[in-house]
Order: sequence, then C-alpha cells, then structure tokens
Amino acid sequence: MSLILLIEQILNGLQFGIMLFLMAAGLTLIFGVMGLINLAHGSLYMIGAFCAAAVAGATGSFLLGLIAALAGAAIAGALVELVVIRRLYTKDHLDQVLATFALILIFSEGTRWLFGSFPLFLDIPDALSGPVTLPGGIEYPLYRLTLIIVGLLVAAGLFLLISRTRLGIQIRAGENDREMIAALGVDIAKLYTIVFALGAALAGLAGALVGAIQSVQVGMGEPVLILAFVVIVIGGIGSIKGALIGAILVGLTDTLGGIFLPELMKLFFSPATATSIGSSIASMSIYILMAAVLVLRPTGLFGARA
Amino acid sequence: MKQTLLAAVAALSLSVAAASAEPVKVGMITTLSGGGAGLGIDVRDGFMLAVKQSGNEEIEVIIEDDQRKPDVAVKLADKLVQAENVDVLTGLIWSNLAMAVIPSVTAQGKFYLSPNAGPSMLAGKGCHPNYFNVAWQNDNLHEAAGAFANVEGYKNSFILAPNYPAGKDALTGYKRLYKGDLAGELYTKLGQTDYAAELAQIRASGADSVYFFLPGGMGISFLKQYAGSGIDLPVVGPAFSFDQGILQAVGDAALGVRNTSQWSKDINTPVNKAFVESFQVEYGRLPSLYASQGFDTANLLLSAMAKADVKDADAFREALQEADFKSTRGEFRFGPNNHPIQDIYVREVIKEGDVFTNKIIGKALNSHSDAYWSECKM
Repeated sequence: MSLILLIEQILNGLQFGIMLFLMAAGLTLIFGVMGLINLAHGSLYMIGAFCAAAVAGATGSFLLGLIAALAGAAIAGALVELVVIRRLYTKDHLDQVLATFALILIFSEGTRWLFGSFPLFLDIPDALSGPVTLPGGIEYPLYRLTLIIVGLLVAAGLFLLISRTRLGIQIRAGENDREMIAALGVDIAKLYTIVFALGAALAGLAGALVGAIQSVQVGMGEPVLILAFVVIVIGGIGSIKGALIGAILVGLTDTLGGIFLPELMKLFFSPATATSIGSSIASMSIYILMAAVLVLRPTGLFGARA
Repeated sequence: MKQTLLAAVAALSLSVAAASAEPVKVGMITTLSGGGAGLGIDVRDGFMLAVKQSGNEEIEVIIEDDQRKPDVAVKLADKLVQAENVDVLTGLIWSNLAMAVIPSVTAQGKFYLSPNAGPSMLAGKGCHPNYFNVAWQNDNLHEAAGAFANVEGYKNSFILAPNYPAGKDALTGYKRLYKGDLAGELYTKLGQTDYAAELAQIRASGADSVYFFLPGGMGISFLKQYAGSGIDLPVVGPAFSFDQGILQAVGDAALGVRNTSQWSKDINTPVNKAFVESFQVEYGRLPSLYASQGFDTANLLLSAMAKADVKDADAFREALQEADFKSTRGEFRFGPNNHPIQDIYVREVIKEGDVFTNKIIGKALNSHSDAYWSECKM
C-alpha cells in the first residue's frame, strides 16, 4: 500500500466524518438543550437533498439549491417543532421515539407523494467537478475537498455561535438548567424553536451537499441517522466538540477499516475468504469503536452527564 | 396499505374464455415503500397492465407492501395463504425476502412466480416444482458481463458488489465466464453510498476495467462518484444500475456505459413495441426491465389459466412449464429447474432528446440457462 493511497484514504475518512458532523451536531444540540430524541433528523436530511435537487433542477444553479436546502429544512424543522415536538418535552423518551418515528413515515411517504418513487437528479456544479492534484501528486476530487473545507467552516461558525453570541449563551444555559433560564426571562419556547430549526438546517445542508455525489431518494436519511447516533454517543451527548471528534473518528475508522481489515485478513486466509471476513468485520468496526469508548468512558468522550 | 384490485371489465374483449370457472386469486407481495420502492412499483404496474390488457375477469390480484423487510414479507405471505387462500403468489424483488418466503409457500402447495429475485439456492438444490422464475437466475446478467469482458479483451478487471447473497452470486457469476485476471475483488457494505475508499483502491490497482453490481441508490452514488474521480477505465455493470428509473438520477455520468440485460426497450418485436407504447400511455413514463418482468409474469399466468384450472395443480404446473405466452424479450422458455432459457444482450446508455435510456449494441449470450439446473432434483 503506497503512501499516496493512504493519504487519499485519510482524506476520504475526514470528508465522510465532517459530513457526519453536520448531522450529528444538530442531533446532539437538540438532545442536549431539549432532552429530545429526534429520530426524524434523517428526514430533515432528506428534505434538504430534495429541496436542493428540485431547485437546482428548476434553476440550474447549485448555489440556489443549497440555499433552498438550508431554508427548506429549517422551515420544516421549525414547523415540526411548533406542531409536534413542543408537546413532547415533558413526555417520556419512549413517547418521543414513537412520535418522531411516525414523523419519519409521514415525511417519507409525503416526499414520495410529491416527488414520486424514483431517485432525483442532483449533480455537482461544473466548477467543482473533476479531480485536482494535491502536493505530492495525489489526485483528489475537488468537490470532496470543498466538502471538507465547507464542513470545517461550518464547524468553526458553530463554535463561535455557541461560545461568543448571546444565543450561544442561552443554548449553553439551557443545557445546564432550563427552569432557571426560563425564570430569568429567556423565552424558552422561542429558543427551542430556533435550536431545532438550526439543527434541521445543518441536516438539510448535509443532505444537499452529499446528495450531489450520492442518490437523492426517499429513505436516504435513515442510514446516516444511525451513524449520527453512534457519533453523538461516542462524542458524549450534548457536546458539539464531542460530535466533531466523534464524527471524524467514525469517518476514519469506517474508511480505513474497510481497506485495511481485508488486507490484514489476507495474512491468515485465502484472498476470497479474507475479503469476505474483512468486509464483515469492517462493517462492525464503528460499533466496536463505540462499545470500546463506552467501556472506558460511559458518558462518551466529552459527555458531561450520564 | 392494502389494495384489492379487480381486473377491469372489458366488455368487447375477444379473449379466449378461461378454462377455470372460479377466479384465480393472486397474492402480490412487493416493495412499494421505502428505498427500493421504484422496483416494486414497476413490477406491479407491468403486471397490472398485462392483466388489464387481457380483459380477463377471472383473476383477482391482492397487492401488499413488504417494505423491503423479510419479517413483514413472511407475515404477509402467511396472511395471504391462510386468510385469503390465494392460489398463486408473486412480486418479491429482493433475494433475501425471496429466501424467507418462497420455500414455505411452495411447501404449502401454492404456486410462486418470481418476477425478479432468482437466488442460486432456489435454482439448484432448493428448487421446487411449484416455483417458477420469470426473470433470471441471479448469476445470469453477471455471467453475460463476464463473457462480454472476454470479447472486449479485458485482462485485469476490478470487481465489486455488496456483501450479501445476491452480491456474492454476482461476482461468482462474473468470474464463471471471465477468462482474465482480477486486479481486485471487493465486497462493500449493503446500502453503502460513499465509494471514495473503493475508488482510491481501483485507481491504485492497475486494473484495465471495472465491473460493479450495486443495485438502486448504491449504483447511482457509485457512478456519480466514479465520474468525478478522474479514473478513466471502461465500466461494465448489470442492467440493475442502469434501469429507466435510475438513469435520470445518474445523468451524464452513465453515458456510454455498457450493461447487460435480458430485456431492452428497443428489442424489435411487435410484442415489445406494443408493451413499451401501452406502458407509456398508461403510466406516463418509460418502462424499466422490472416492468417488463412484471408484464411477462402476468402473461405467463394468464397463458396457464387459459389451459388449465388452477385447482388442478398438476395440469396447471404443466401449463406454466410450457411458457406459452409472448414474452417482451422475444424467445423465452423454461429449463428443467423452471428458470428461464433466454438471450442476454449488451446495452449502451444513450441520450434520446432529454431522456437517458439504453440501446442494444450486441448479444452477450445466446439461449443462456443457469449453472445450477443440474443440481435440481424435482
């Protein structure tokens, strides 16, 4: 295995991790601030991708598509919070799971009703297509490189928002003691709607960015949702920093595991068996990682509370 | 979710009166919601179109949605067999669901006509006289791709498929007829949508061609990312990643890619032309190979109904085996294990106006059977 291939794979893992972060950040914020388990987060990812595909298809502009994805997912998120989620804060986690699972079904079938059962077309803009040559002769797709940069910028913006702004202070305060900040005169209902819409917009952005290199179809959000839950469990529920570190860990483990484990198995088995066993273990690798982290730190890497 | 559709009345129909007095009850379990719904909807629409065109009132179709979940499919099959007492079952798309349902319903004396899934187990040791596959044995299109690779002179293919039974059937099928070496062989996760790591391996492998079996959304993702990766090797795949439902979502990235299929919309027979035209009129879209398989399945059933009463299982089975219907793919007959013997074509993705579609560029295999029939003892 050459060094170039290794670096390329590390970049791939990084890019995958950063896209996971966009999903996990919203999920962990919502759980941290509101104590809500939102299974419908994957649907917001799907809504982002469909909005982007519909608008980019109609206008021909990928940028407008991205804006539509952010807006569409944020609006959907705010509506869902106002209509459904608001009634669930005082309820048991099981009720929340049940209600948000129902939302998945409603969003999936609603999207099918609007857009049909066949995947939509969303392509990357021409300016970002094709590979670039990085120092050291590594050929890497420009779009994926852009994803890494956009993701890191969003992460930086989110850190600034949480640590430097009034909204950020309220969010952090809400995580610690929601009765107290309500008593101090913060409109907690409005704060919840804003946090939910923010989380939804991040999911929508991830859906649109990833949709351009994958397939925009009904049900695209659920596999990502499972990974996002793994990320926030590893990172510590409620922690944005934990979500970032957890997402990159999961991205790297998944990508590098998929390559090295079959190679490793070839030392012990015939190539065909090795590929088969190696890929089976690779698909388990992130769950093994999660189990290991939980054994060492039961609240996750940066989790404050149990 | 349940729809009971009685075949439409066609008062002026001149069709041959069916031999059976009581209507034949058909249970269709297929995927109508979730990720793989496009396939099930095409099979259903193709099937119902044939039923409608026949004007036959002696057939009742009960349609159920399996949500692509084996446990749901098993429950639905139990319900259809025990509560509805259907005579014939059909519709399953996915091999893992097929393995969970088909052996049990055929053991209960029901007929099963597969419009899609053809796992190797059911073609060989697990074959059953009441199980008929109207599509293909899973390996078939991949075998054709292997044969095509020899014609093209590929010597060093990189092959990949998801890590599940049909994925293994796929790569086994490709290797069965392919004579060159392998630059690499990869099993990816089922449902995986990011192929950056695999593409980097393909680039580093020194392969001269790529063969992939990634049905549905997985294939869309792979092709788009392949086009963006800057790798410039010829790609070949089975028709599952190039059907009419998917191509529009892949766009330019699929142009010029060769793929193997037992059906194509440009097969030049009157039956196929009429099918493509009437499907477009009825549903406002081009049919896919899945739609053609649903259409053929219904026509096979109708042909047997015209010859025998479904309550007389032996006579009905014989009538099915004769496959006395006009298939959209031209020549069609059953081998000794009730799997098709048919031609398999090579198609190329082209653009007709604004629509991406396929054009036949040659034949990969003539009157091709499958590799498992000799293991089948009925």
